[in-house]
Amino acid sequence: MQTICAFDRIIPGRGVAALLEDGTQVAVFRLHDDSLFAVSNLDPFMDANVMSRGLVGDRGGEPIVTSPLLKQAFSLKTGVCLDDETVALEVFAVEVLSGEVRVGVNSEVKASA
Amino acid sequence: MSKLVVIGDGMVGRRFLEAVTQRDPSWEVTVLCEEPRPAYDRVRLSAFFDGVSAEELSLASDLPNVEVKLGEPAVSIARTSKVVYTDSGEYPYDKLVFATGSYAFVPPMEGADLDGVFVYRTIDDLEAIKAHSEGKRHGVVIGGGLLGLEAANALTLLGLETQIVEFAPWLMARQLDEAGGGILKQHIEKLGIGVDCGTGGTKIETVDGRLRMETNREGVAYDTDLIIFAAGVRPRDQLARECGIEVGERGGIITDLGCQTSDPDVYAIGEVAAMEGMCFGLVAPGYSMAEVVADRLAGGEATFPGADMSTKLKLLGVDVAQFGAMEGPLSTTYLDPAHGTYAKLILSDDAQTLLGGMLVGDAEPYPLLRASVGGKVPGKLADLLGGGEIEGTLPDAAQVCSCNAVTKGDIMGAIHEQGCQDVGELKACTKAGTSCGSCVPMLKQLLKEGGVEVSNAVCEHFGQSRAELFDIVKVTGITTFSELIARYGTGSGCDLCKPTVASILASLSNGHILEGEQASLQDTNDHFLANMQRNGTYSVVPRIPGGEITPDKLIVIGEVAKEFDLYTKITGGQRIDMFGARVEDLPKIWRKLVDAGFESGHAYGKALRTVKSCVGTDWCRYGVQDSVKMAIDLELRYRGLRSPHKLKSAVSGCARECAEARGKDFGVIATEHGWNLYVGGNGGFTPRHADLLLSDVDTETLVRTIDRFLMFYISTADRLQRTSKWVEGLEGGIDYLREVIVDDKLGICAELDALMEKHVENYADEWKGVIDDPEKLQRFVSFVNAPEAPDPKIEFETVRGQKFPAGSTERSHATPVLLGTPSRLGTERN
Repeated sequence: MQTICAFDRIIPGRGVAALLEDGTQVAVFRLHDDSLFAVSNLDPFMDANVMSRGLVGDRGGEPIVTSPLLKQAFSLKTGVCLDDETVALEVFAVEVLSGEVRVGVNSEVKASA
Repeated sequence: MSKLVVIGDGMVGRRFLEAVTQRDPSWEVTVLCEEPRPAYDRVRLSAFFDGVSAEELSLASDLPNVEVKLGEPAVSIARTSKVVYTDSGEYPYDKLVFATGSYAFVPPMEGADLDGVFVYRTIDDLEAIKAHSEGKRHGVVIGGGLLGLEAANALTLLGLETQIVEFAPWLMARQLDEAGGGILKQHIEKLGIGVDCGTGGTKIETVDGRLRMETNREGVAYDTDLIIFAAGVRPRDQLARECGIEVGERGGIITDLGCQTSDPDVYAIGEVAAMEGMCFGLVAPGYSMAEVVADRLAGGEATFPGADMSTKLKLLGVDVAQFGAMEGPLSTTYLDPAHGTYAKLILSDDAQTLLGGMLVGDAEPYPLLRASVGGKVPGKLADLLGGGEIEGTLPDAAQVCSCNAVTKGDIMGAIHEQGCQDVGELKACTKAGTSCGSCVPMLKQLLKEGGVEVSNAVCEHFGQSRAELFDIVKVTGITTFSELIARYGTGSGCDLCKPTVASILASLSNGHILEGEQASLQDTNDHFLANMQRNGTYSVVPRIPGGEITPDKLIVIGEVAKEFDLYTKITGGQRIDMFGARVEDLPKIWRKLVDAGFESGHAYGKALRTVKSCVGTDWCRYGVQDSVKMAIDLELRYRGLRSPHKLKSAVSGCARECAEARGKDFGVIATEHGWNLYVGGNGGFTPRHADLLLSDVDTETLVRTIDRFLMFYISTADRLQRTSKWVEGLEGGIDYLREVIVDDKLGICAELDALMEKHVENYADEWKGVIDDPEKLQRFVSFVNAPEAPDPKIEFETVRGQKFPAGSTERSHATPVLLGTPSRLGTERN
């Protein structure tokens, strides 16, 4: 897991982009209830690193982020695109420790679990 | 190429040209038009006196392979050699179409040729009437039918005291019975117009510089300044007579049901045609004939489907409608002199089938009734007559739009098979409702019947429409999304409702759009105050009000673009767009621009974009007003105004309209006496010319009316509804809009004015609001944990000396086949 920023740095209801040590770009979102989600920052439809700048919300209760380019909705829990289920964002592990947001690849979390 | 000559360019002629070029564009068409102007909407002629210009009544359009010879009437026809002659030319034809229409009938009466005696038929007639009426006080209209009432309306609009003299015993005797005519008279007299029925003029003479008309009633004469004959029309068949084509006993060129005359290469359509001996003085049957001949010329065998002579009009503010038969075995009537309404239904002897009827004072049930003629009576008689709730279903064969012969079956097909979802789509698909518009309420009902849910709900989180949310926010004073969704919605919101609420909060002047919780609601463009492009970079557009810019400012833009390596392009809105800016560079770019005196141009927002202008009186030899200054003033007044969709505007300094103001949400065109204001124009996917709202007004009135127009739109439009759709969707259209924002019919103008005043007072540059605020500034980074590290995925290539997103030229398929095709940059704006 890698520390990216202070929790307070993220506005409730928005996301930030973070650059992991291996060059991976992650979009980290803080929802209005202060829950955190992290997915790949790469919009798979347009091949641009923009997902962190999308709007978050819910569709039928499922927390989502909407691509700012062509507005497809992705589940924040599974990364699956709700408008085209053959496409998905990679999902990352995210946690808050001593007021700092930490992000890691999912496999890493599983390995340590 | 086969040659087609059309004599006459009226409404029916024009419809014919459209139909023929659509079906078979290979005809080489020449139109000989006697009037100095191309086809115009004669049905709306009296609107000319209500401020609508001749240009706006125009129906002219550019059609392929069609040449219109204005002011060049046909004078003779050689049928054996197949040539039409005019005074200045000769036009050979393979097929010839008469669309010469009618002329106004003037009964043989002594003095009918005196100065001050007019007919009511063409724009030239109207111009002459207008010129003569100046400084005059009184006018007489001979004729109390459709045309006579139109003429009386015109004289009233010109400010004349008006007297109608009608020979028949009651008004509109061809459409109404005595009781209906009586109620109509009651309405018209209430407007201060005199009505004298059962009286005919016998002689006109000049007495003391005014006109006097004697009548057939002893002792009754009218002293007046102006007399209009509006007592009927006659087919213009003279030319056909002269070249030996068969004409009817009572006039009109005889045709068969295929509109063919006694010469198989010659057709006649519209009011000049006597179809199997019968002339039709309405536009709808003329349109049917136009379609028939267009089909025949394309090799088809269409025949005239029969005329629906139904009429519905608003005359002098009074609804009058007649449909189907005038008489029948049974009839039932309802008369309410207190409210001035009269209704009569004609029924079959078993009272089961509706044969016809008439309505005066309230024509609301007209669309349903007209479409039901020949079928079952569509409801309880008491409801139909007395204005109760009407529910009824029509058979599929019922004609819903008589102007364009569209049946209910056609409409339902368009809804179910072609997926039409609203009235606009039905219009485009079927042409229903595009001519007189009286069937539009029926179309709405059929959409409902077809299961189209007309829901204006914003999204799954709010059952309310945008307009309803606007009212809620305004009335409750709620200033946060979280409170609004907690009290009035469900869930946590989405990319539809959040920006909508953000826009509403901004329209109601709630501070910087990135302040507090509002920051979480903004769409990405608003959140970064720039337009996101396909590769995640942004474009930056500083405001250049009215398109006026100093050389020094131009140099600053050039310097900024060079320093940050930006692609530059002049936009359609007369400003300069800089593309390819990285998110972390945005505040630095703004700092340079703001220091040089620029501010945000709101190219990213659903807000006022630009007010274009032509150069106006400062430089142009034709300009009549200072369009540049007006454009700058308007742009500065409305800058930053958030709205349901983007807003565009333009100001032209004269009627040549170089700024293309009529394609804008609100457009201003200078006149010699002031300004004309047009609203509801649109380029884009469905272009629409703006409607004239005001003419010849002073600057103060102009600005006040635009204030109200914008605030009324912002308060009531749906999400992403441009002004064009909004104006079209208003029940009562542009006239209703004028009543609300000019005449203050709803009593809301003071509130609209106050809202705009608040906007103007609270305006602040959004860019400056960010660069002066460290907390907001820290959002403009590439990575939260590496603020200055550029996203390595953003790459560019160079084309035509500038940079483009890498790979964009491949995407554009700019293969060398197409000479000089520019490579496309992903510049879709929202």
